[in-house]
Amino acid sequence: MAVLLEKTFPVEAGAYGTAGEASTNIKRTLKQLGVSAEVLRHVSVACYEVELNLVIHSLGGKLILQVEPDRVTLISRDVGPGIPDIARAMTEGYSTANEEARTLGFGAGMGLPNMKRNATEFDIQSEVGVGTTITMSFALKG
Amino acid sequence: MTVKELIELTGAEDRTPDSDKTTEVTCGYTCDLLSWVMAHGKAGMAWITVQTHMNVIAVASLMEMAAVIIPEDIQMEEATLEKAKEEGITVLQSSRTAYELCALMAKAGLPGEA
Repeated sequence: MAVLLEKTFPVEAGAYGTAGEASTNIKRTLKQLGVSAEVLRHVSVACYEVELNLVIHSLGGKLILQVEPDRVTLISRDVGPGIPDIARAMTEGYSTANEEARTLGFGAGMGLPNMKRNATEFDIQSEVGVGTTITMSFALKG
Repeated sequence: MTVKELIELTGAEDRTPDSDKTTEVTCGYTCDLLSWVMAHGKAGMAWITVQTHMNVIAVASLMEMAAVIIPEDIQMEEATLEKAKEEGITVLQSSRTAYELCALMAKAGLPGEA
């Protein structure tokens, strides 16, 4: 289906101070497009979690927002370090967040499960030493 | 209850005088793990947390919360307050503990679930 809008937001590794800005921008963009409050909420939660994951765990990456007539798609693509055991990373309560992240209230091990719970479709691909790509889509109708 | 009424109830100090105080508070919550709050936060929530960094505002804004309450006279960083003003989020500061604030809010009829 035709992509109505595509925007890319770079996310810097370790930039805790500005974390959440891409998510706030994405939410604002979707709100302006008239996306319903319920879908907006699901996208916001998943988007914030994936943005924080880029800040906490990745070596840097980007968030890509695509809007089609029937769906919103969020793609998170980073340049490493990759996840050695995806099944374990998907387990609620499991986290490899460092001390700094934990002090700030992150590292509850809820990130990936929260994303999966909020997205209509969720896919994660990762290769150690290469990077991780997470693709989430959110249905806009029915 | 409105944010204005919440301020009167708790006697908390309003750190963002320009924010909208007519916003309806739908429920109360306390937690310091941000991911947990992202999973359980609700629109209109009054959220009590000891965290004072920028991400508190990002979470409150994304969840469309009514107010953030910082207990035990913990000071919120200026940069965070600036962000709160930008996003239109009310930040209150109280000398009471999170427990005391919850008790007050619950007694006034504010539920734990919106």
